[in-house]
Amino acid sequence: MIERDEFRTIVHNGIWKQNTSLIQILGLCPLLAVTTNMVNGVMLSLATILVMALSNFAVASLRNFIPHEIRIPVFILIVAALVTVVDLLFNANLHELYLVLGIFIPLIVTNCIVLARVEAFAAKNPPLQATFDGIFMGVGMLWTLAVLGGLREFIGAGTLFSGIDLVFPNLQPLQVLPADYPGLLLAILPPGAFILLGCMIAWKNWVEARAARRQQRTAVPVAAGGCH
Amino acid sequence: MKKKEPTAVTMAARTAAILFVFVIIFTGVLSGAYLWTKPALEASAAEEKMKLIDEVLPRSAYDNELLKDTVTLPASPLLGTDEPTTAYRARKGTQPVALVLEAVAPDGYSGKIRLILAVNLDGSIAGVRVTQHRETPGLGDYIEPKKDRNKERPWITQFNGHAYAATTDKEWKVKKDGGQFDFMAGATVTPRAVIKAVRKATKYVAENHEALHASK
Repeated sequence: MIERDEFRTIVHNGIWKQNTSLIQILGLCPLLAVTTNMVNGVMLSLATILVMALSNFAVASLRNFIPHEIRIPVFILIVAALVTVVDLLFNANLHELYLVLGIFIPLIVTNCIVLARVEAFAAKNPPLQATFDGIFMGVGMLWTLAVLGGLREFIGAGTLFSGIDLVFPNLQPLQVLPADYPGLLLAILPPGAFILLGCMIAWKNWVEARAARRQQRTAVPVAAGGCH
Repeated sequence: MKKKEPTAVTMAARTAAILFVFVIIFTGVLSGAYLWTKPALEASAAEEKMKLIDEVLPRSAYDNELLKDTVTLPASPLLGTDEPTTAYRARKGTQPVALVLEAVAPDGYSGKIRLILAVNLDGSIAGVRVTQHRETPGLGDYIEPKKDRNKERPWITQFNGHAYAATTDKEWKVKKDGGQFDFMAGATVTPRAVIKAVRKATKYVAENHEALHASK
């Protein structure tokens, strides 16, 4: 069905190498809107993981029936129908969870990652691989949004996990900085999201550049031995 | 015989037909999901409504099926509404007890504040709750009991028991303006708007008393 190497590539691509927010820079609209705190970011990502797994699976299963010329309208049709069905089913069967996650599901419509993965991956790969791709692209988004949301609320308001009491009623948000911390409004506003996302991208590039340098250094001594 | 290359027209017709089939299938999936979930969605919407009504009027006060005994109120400047709203009539036996209605305060600090209130038959207020607002978090949002720091006696409960007929417009203001209602320093626009809206809504009920409580 699926080979170990292939699976590892999909996981690595989703979480790090092709990270939706840091490399593909897709889905900035929901990213800006919901990462004012960590809990919202995580919740949106969970809803997105579900929709991406489903839409990738559906498109990959139907890929041989979709003519190339009209693939985009068909993809949009499939994704839109799935999001609506997920929204309805959640509301009817998991109403408690819907009250928490519900507002994020329609937001997924504004998220181009779903369509991008359908077009770039699901349309060319078997259903199983496509489903994993959807899940791990979502996981990549999850950790990015969690870190970004955490940074924004920490810098902006001095708290962490605010809003968690809406998800788990017996947990309380953490006041990390003293209660009289004045807060930095910039971090909460959309420009703050851009600035911090920029910092995260810079950090990722720095990590990769360092890894590349290290690889070079370990490779070099053989060729350049004795030249010290 | 050599297979003919499809012309542009047959090609277009074929893709259109395929797209059409997809549209039919997914519309079918959507309507199926909609019809399947409809009863559950309606039940939870009704439950939500009852939960809200429970906050302004205790269930022990009436014994009729509140959500079924409704009267449509036309848009009215006194209620602040610009389209018809539904009011619910609470009865005990055949005797009317109270009226649950919606009102809108158009002049909140940032936009409209939507309220639900229950007015007893004698014109006194049984309860008021804010259902929707965009007031400043941490400043004007104490009109919501959940955000109010005073858990014992949230701000919004001070309307309870007040009646339109027994008070004057002058008393029906925040203390700062010479009235009798509390407010929190730093956010007076919000309570002013709520107080005014509640005042006008009770006036509406007093003026339309007969028509509102007339039995069906």
